[in-house]
Formats: sequence, C-alpha cells, structure tokens
Amino acid sequence: MILKDLSEAVGVAGDERRVGEVVIDAVREHVDEVQVDTMGNILALKRGTTGPDLTSKPDERPMRVMLAAHIDEVGLMVVGHDSDGFLQVRSVGGIDARLLPGVLLWVGPERIPGIIGIKPVHLVQQEESRKVATIEQLVVDVGAKNKDEAKTLAPLGTNATFATQFRELGPTVRGKAFDDRAGCAVLVEILRGEPFPFDVWAAFTVQEEVGLRGARIAAYTIKPDCAFVLEGTVADDLPKDKDTSPTTELGKGPAITVMDRSFIADRRLVRHLTSTAEALGIPYQVKQPGIGGTDAGAIHATREGVPSVTVAIPCRYIHSPVALLSLDDYDDTVRLMRESLSRLTYRTLEERE
Amino acid sequence: MKKDLIRKLVEAYGPSGVEEQIRTVIRAEVEPLADELRVDPLGSLVARKQGSGEGRRIALAAHMDEIGVMATYVDEKGFVRFTAIGGVSALTCVGTRVEFGDGTLGVIGLEKKRDDASRAPKLSQLYIDVGATSRDDCPVHIGDSAVFVRPFATQGSRLIAKAMDDRIGCAVLIETLRRLEQTPHDIYFIFSTQEETTLSGARTSAYTIDPDLAIAVDVTTTGDTPESHPMAVVLGNGPAIKVKDSGMIAHPEVRDMLVQRAKGADIPYQLEVLERGTTDAAAMQLVRAGVPTGVISIPCRYVHSPSEMVDEQDVENSVRLLLEVLQAA
Repeated sequence: MILKDLSEAVGVAGDERRVGEVVIDAVREHVDEVQVDTMGNILALKRGTTGPDLTSKPDERPMRVMLAAHIDEVGLMVVGHDSDGFLQVRSVGGIDARLLPGVLLWVGPERIPGIIGIKPVHLVQQEESRKVATIEQLVVDVGAKNKDEAKTLAPLGTNATFATQFRELGPTVRGKAFDDRAGCAVLVEILRGEPFPFDVWAAFTVQEEVGLRGARIAAYTIKPDCAFVLEGTVADDLPKDKDTSPTTELGKGPAITVMDRSFIADRRLVRHLTSTAEALGIPYQVKQPGIGGTDAGAIHATREGVPSVTVAIPCRYIHSPVALLSLDDYDDTVRLMRESLSRLTYRTLEERE
Repeated sequence: MKKDLIRKLVEAYGPSGVEEQIRTVIRAEVEPLADELRVDPLGSLVARKQGSGEGRRIALAAHMDEIGVMATYVDEKGFVRFTAIGGVSALTCVGTRVEFGDGTLGVIGLEKKRDDASRAPKLSQLYIDVGATSRDDCPVHIGDSAVFVRPFATQGSRLIAKAMDDRIGCAVLIETLRRLEQTPHDIYFIFSTQEETTLSGARTSAYTIDPDLAIAVDVTTTGDTPESHPMAVVLGNGPAIKVKDSGMIAHPEVRDMLVQRAKGADIPYQLEVLERGTTDAAAMQLVRAGVPTGVISIPCRYVHSPSEMVDEQDVENSVRLLLEVLQAA
C-alpha cells in the first residue's frame, strides 16, 4: 500500500528528500514529466487527453489544474548536545509537548533509534507529576556516552521523527505523518489512474508545516486555473461534555473545507465537490470552519489569484506519534476527487451565484 | 453624494468569500461609467477608466466584503454555533441579528451558565437561534455565512450602518468614477474581495494590473470617543492620509503627494497612525517588484460593530481629494 511507504518515509520539514524519492518512484511511469524545483517540491505533469470543446476556450491554452499535497511532516531538530551525551531538541512544526516524554524516535537519515528521556516514575515528586515538561526540559537519548559521540551520531541540525511502523487494524490503519502522507497517497492514486481532459499538475510540496513555503513557489511555477489541496485533517470525534461539534469525524467521508485560518475556499469548487458527491452517493462532510490552515492559503493568493479548495481525509491524533484513519474515508476521498475532476470544466469556474 | 447609493451598498449582503450579491449591486453602478469591466479569479470586480495616454497606471482599491459569522455546527436542538469571518468581537454580537445569504434571520444568544459571568464572553459561548427546533429543521448548514443586520440611518451629518467598512470606500470609488471627467491616467477601480480575512482579492488584482501607483480607500478608527485609545484622528475633520498602520508604512512620496493635493485644493485632511489593523494597501505594495502605495482613510467610529459611524463631510472630501489626485498629471 502506497500509504505505508509514504507514512514510514522520513521527511521532517526542511529535508523531505527521502519522501520525494518514494513519490517519484510511485508516479514516474504514470505522468508525462517530473521536475524537482529549487526548494525540493516534486512537480509532476499528467497531460490531458485532447479535450472536448467544453474543457478549453477557443484560442486559449488548455485548462491547468493543480493538485497539491505536502510531503513534509512535523518533527524535531537537534539544537545542542550536553556533556553526558544527550541531545537537546526543538520542534519543527506544531507538536504538543505533552506527547513527547518516553516516545521512540528515528534520528537522522540513518534512522538511529532514540528515546525522549524522562525521569522514572519512582523519582517523580507529586507536584512534579502534575506539570507538563516543556520541550526545553526534555532530552533525546541515542545511547551516546559523551558529547563528542553525540555530536558524531547526530550533528547539530539533525532531524528526528516518530519511530512508528504502519499497521492495518481492520477498517482503519495507523501510522505516523498521515498529515499529509494521506493526501500524498490520494494524489499518487489519482496520478496512477486515467488522464483527465485537462492538464493536471501535481505538486508534492515541502515545508507546509513551517509556513506553507513550498506551495507558494510551486503555484507560481504552475500558474494553475484552479487548485485542489489534499490533506489529512483533524478528526476530534472523541466524547465531549458539550454539544458543540467535532471538526471532522472518522468514517463519514472526505472533509471539504469552506474556510480555515489560511483562506476561504472557492464556493464554485465547493459546490462542484458536494454536488458530485450527492449525485454519486459518496459520503462527505464539511470541515468545521475556522480551524487549521493548508497549502491553499498560499496557493489561492498566487499571481492573478487561484480559486482553491481543500479536501481532506479525517485523521485522529495528527501531529502525534501515531494517527488513525479509516480506509473507507481514504477510498471515498480518491473516488470523490476522481469523479469531481472528470466532471470539471471551464464552465465550473465561469458560473457565479 | 447620494445617500441612496450608500444605503444600497451598506445594506447588501457580502461576507468575505461570498461577495456575489454586493458585486451585482456595484456592477450595476459602475457598468455605465467604465471603459472595461472584469471579474478576477478571486471575485474582485475591476472597472477600468481609460486615460488620455500621458499618465500612469493607477490602482484604487476599496473592499466590498464585510465581516460576518460562519456556521460551524448545528446542535440537536437546532442552535447554530459559529466562528468569525474577519475581526468580530463577542461583545458586539450579543443580542444582535444576523442574516444568511438566503435571507434566513437569526438572533445571537449567549450561554447563561458561564464560569465567570462578569468577564467578556468568548465567541464559543455564543450561538445563533434561527427559530429551528431540531438539527433536521434548521435551515442553516455548516459553512453558511451570515452578516449583521442593521438598517442604514442618518443622524445630523453622521451616517450609521453595518459594513461602512468598507462599503463607504466603495461609495467613494463609485462617486469618483462618476465625477471623473478627464484624466491622463489609466485608472483601475478595484472592488476587492476577502480583505477582512487575508487581503487576497486586492493582492491578486494588483498583480494582474501591475500598477505604477496604488491607493486604498478604507475606514480607520478614531481617538475622539470617551476614554478611547489615544489616536489623533477625529470624526469630521477630513479624510485621514495614512502614515502607517500595523501592516504597512505608506510610501512617503505618495503620502506627501496626497497632502499636497489636499492643501492645494483647500480640502481638510488629517494624518493617520493606526496601531492595530491594516488595509488592502499592505498587500498591494508588495506585489511583483513593489508598488508605491498610500491610503485615504475615512474616519469611522465603532469599526467592526453593527453600527459603524462616519461623517458625511469626510466622505465628500475623500471624493474631492481622490479627484484632485486623479485629474492632476
């Protein structure tokens, strides 16, 4: 399963090369062109079939549709070494420090096993146990005996990620970095299918988790007429004491974004997705507005402006050592995207309310 | 300026991202006046006025979107939870009415059980009551947007309404286009989208236009109300020429040019330093290789409340100042 290979690949924001290799291997035979741009974004062109009149205006270039998913993940970076051989680290992207103590890591490109050190419970004072250790107070243990050995094993700037193997658990799967390897996997599946009437430019983007940086230049290069961003997003469908909403729920289908903190989705594209889903009986949900941000925040404001929308697979526990998603949601997301794209024409973007 | 035009503009529905209705209203006004009209990919309406050919390419921007609320959840009893579109304060929400795009009307209520009822409420403690009794009969769905309801009113020389920010800027642009007789410049009047959230409409329209000079027309807050935050701007003392705000520093030559034009035509003006907030100008000045950019601000009390208040004379003088700029070489 492509999601397994992508999930287990290591690609903390800033060094996504290993994930890029997995992507290129997976799509090379199914696209017409692959390039790696200056920041490391993988841009792949899947040419359209010479289309019917509907898809291209006379005397104009064929429509270009951008599909984006980010290959980077949140993680840690080594910022110092202490005299006992422990590594000091800081987070790259948003990580909740409450999750970290005792967690197993893969450190560096060679995946050196590491563990985030924590005082044994026997030695913890009562008041101490109620406090959350900040990332500055934690250290990573890679078994180094002293500072020099630690520096050799994991020099300054080395990245570390959660050491989590991908597993299938019946109708759900678990693994690390589903944000956004889940979106990457959907994008790979789309590229492996039949071509669309228009040109599809897939962008596997870098550095989303630290400020939507890769997508900005990818969209500038591609100059798309519209963009779909594929994501793994927050599912907080756990029991709550107040009836005020989950962001998304596992098993209820792909989540469509109307507005988040980074952008407002194009209403015509939202309507195109929901009407396609309704016509074919594909389940979908609208993601709770106002939460999170995606590459669409950078893409939509590029050049003359790019009508954009985000479609996401709901994932529990993202930005943690292990996330969980439903394979039904995964399949429905691939299907919704394929069906929506095959029905997309210039007219979709000409209609205004 | 005709108050009917201002009434039409402020009473139209147009939260960020859903600007179709307000765009239709503005299009009807500018279509007979412009040499060319287009809608950009993010929905901004751009009206071009052709110059005599000796001048520069100038972009003017006023945003047609307004702040509002968006439904995030409908509970079992049909009450709607919501999030802000742009800068919405919970204090101004309680007891007010909102209207959705299809005309559905709602009242904003506040949870009674709160840990500390003496503290200002949070948006998460508010809900919209649209008269539904269950999730199934609620006409509102997640992702639907609403705006405040408040009719246009006048009191002496003051004009009061929701969405003065920035429909009054749109009114200034429309009136300027109407009165503009001859100009050396090619002028692009941008009625922008999504200013209240990300400045994305003006940013992308300015990219397309590639102007030599850009001016945003928007509202600014004042420092003339009881116990207000210190600020030099006074309602009724003339258009405010921006020096800086929290998103940009106006290009000094553009600022000085605006001051010279105001002085030359005997138009009252004041200088503005705004500590919190910004306008489309912040996005336009960083487009492509950079654009010299300034702002004409219309002083406005109670910005981002359902009762924003401007002064008629400030509005008229903003039109006069803009005309001075556009008609000069």
